[in-house]
Amino acid sequence: MYIYDSIDRTLVAERVAEFRDQVARRLSGELTEDEFKPLRLMNGVYLQLHAYMLRIANPYGTLSSRQLRQLAHVARRYDRGYGHFTTRQNIQFHWIKLEQLPDAMADLAAVGMHGMQTSGNNVRNITTDQWAGVAPDEIEDPRIWAEIIRQHVTLHPEFSFMPRKFKICVGAASHDRAALRIHDLAFRLHRNAGGEAGFEVMVGGGLGRTPYLAQTIRPFLKKCDLLSYVEAVLRTYNQFGRRDNIWKARIKILVHDLGAEAFAKEVEAEWQSIKDGPLALDAATVAEIASRFVYPDYEALEDGPPELAAARRADGRFDRWVNNAVANHKKSGYAIVTLSLKPEGGTPGDATAVQMDALADLADRYSFGEIRIGHEQNLALPHVAQRDLPAVWRALDALGLATPNIGLVSDIISCPGLDYCSLANARSIPIAQEITRRFHDLDRQRDLGRLHINISGCINACGHHHVGHIGILGVEKNGEEFYQITLGGEADDHAVLGTLIGPAVPYAKVADVVEDIAAAYLDLRTGPDELFIDTLKRTGIEPFRERVYAAR
Amino acid sequence: MASPLERKIKITGPVVVTANRVADGAVIYRDADGDWTTSLDAAAVATDAARAHALIAEANADDLRAVGAYIAPVELTEAGGRRPGNLRELIRLSGPTIELPVTFGI
Repeated sequence: MYIYDSIDRTLVAERVAEFRDQVARRLSGELTEDEFKPLRLMNGVYLQLHAYMLRIANPYGTLSSRQLRQLAHVARRYDRGYGHFTTRQNIQFHWIKLEQLPDAMADLAAVGMHGMQTSGNNVRNITTDQWAGVAPDEIEDPRIWAEIIRQHVTLHPEFSFMPRKFKICVGAASHDRAALRIHDLAFRLHRNAGGEAGFEVMVGGGLGRTPYLAQTIRPFLKKCDLLSYVEAVLRTYNQFGRRDNIWKARIKILVHDLGAEAFAKEVEAEWQSIKDGPLALDAATVAEIASRFVYPDYEALEDGPPELAAARRADGRFDRWVNNAVANHKKSGYAIVTLSLKPEGGTPGDATAVQMDALADLADRYSFGEIRIGHEQNLALPHVAQRDLPAVWRALDALGLATPNIGLVSDIISCPGLDYCSLANARSIPIAQEITRRFHDLDRQRDLGRLHINISGCINACGHHHVGHIGILGVEKNGEEFYQITLGGEADDHAVLGTLIGPAVPYAKVADVVEDIAAAYLDLRTGPDELFIDTLKRTGIEPFRERVYAAR
Repeated sequence: MASPLERKIKITGPVVVTANRVADGAVIYRDADGDWTTSLDAAAVATDAARAHALIAEANADDLRAVGAYIAPVELTEAGGRRPGNLRELIRLSGPTIELPVTFGI
């Protein structure tokens, strides 16, 4: 966990007081909506179909048990008893009343949480690998670098009014679990041929109506240059990004229009003028930030304790869950446990206050008080001793958080869609729910293997449909909900945008289409070891397209 | 001569003026008394551009109580009630079409 200092605490407390005053002035009529809207957006307060929505930042997807308990309290006291975890490692409350927002924010501030820069044209919550600090395949904890960037860009006046929002992601593992290439700016920590660790810099990724994957503009950046390079990219974007057309304002459009090479030249020119200035990171500064990440006092344990093996032999359900939801930890004798927020028939990413409270208790007992949020809208307990896995599983199972479907067809990423969102054209959640019901048989899901379905209710693509193995995009046609289907998208190391397979299908047919695609895969695969995405790469989309449209 | 705003309003069927309430974001409708109601059945219905224009102008002037006012289609029932004219308006009136998580599972 990162420990906030008095500067952070003061800043958050001052913001609550400021917002309380702004809300009072809005409610008294002293501020018009036109005056108030930019102020509320600076604090993550949106207006949706039914109510205000508060989006709260969880920097680099890390939560303490104390914070999770406070989120449960906010859900219960100010909302309707649940919250929605998002693809940017944030949490949203969908039923907040404006008149109660200052109190809710004060309660959140008590545990160092806030909604600053979860909206507006600034640098949004910095995301990273949800397994940061515990993944065996990372070269060092990316959160240290995310935190350095976070501190620099928080309330930075030069970057508070950019052409459009700006999303930064930092990864440090050999496998990309953070979807680096769909970010405006992404850093991948790796080692060069000489063994030195530094960053690959990628820029210009983003989904929405004009999707692009980020392109590498610098294969290796020294760690000491991280902040000056962030500054150079942001300045270049601030100077050249379009402000005349919201649909062309993201940095991806600028990078595409200029070309990555020309854009990189601009950045490098800017960078040369500032790289040796005050933004150059010295070792002491980095060490100071790193020292505020407190790591658990792990016990010396062996991998594969006998009680775990015995429990796996004794209970098939437990064994299947271990196979699906438990991953290797960098410390022997420990494991990373992913908690599915995708129960059959549930809303992807939603967790109730009851679940949050219970999970906070479990984290205290079994995971050194720490919880993680992944961009797939699942949670994780990052430090569970392997001997405790049977007890953790029993508790999670009772809470409805142990569906062994991680990475499978029912582990669906979905935006809130038209059930909540004022931007949506079509519903997303009921589509996801119907698909989970169709594939309720876990044996069938396991047979289908790794298969990612991503659903967005409009072209803004909050459900990342472009990078789903199966992407589903809701559109409106003559007042009816229709859905475009794309195939072959990927968000990880092999990031690629999916391909549209044909005409949109009506609401009632979407789950049928997914079943057709799944059936086509089972017919086409060379064997159970060939993953859906690999079959698709081998055959192309044509046989899938035929299967879907032949019957229609 | 009609104002540009007035000229833009084209009414092809019955409409109401709807917005969100400032204090809590709740869905509200403009009624015939120049007040706001959460009941669609109590909303003022316009069937011509002049009446719709008058309603939206009143609504926009009430910045203290309402935010984001716009004209929304409705259908009139035989019993004299109103039904939302599209899915978006139905969801705004009736809430999400899904079971909320509080009652789901745990």
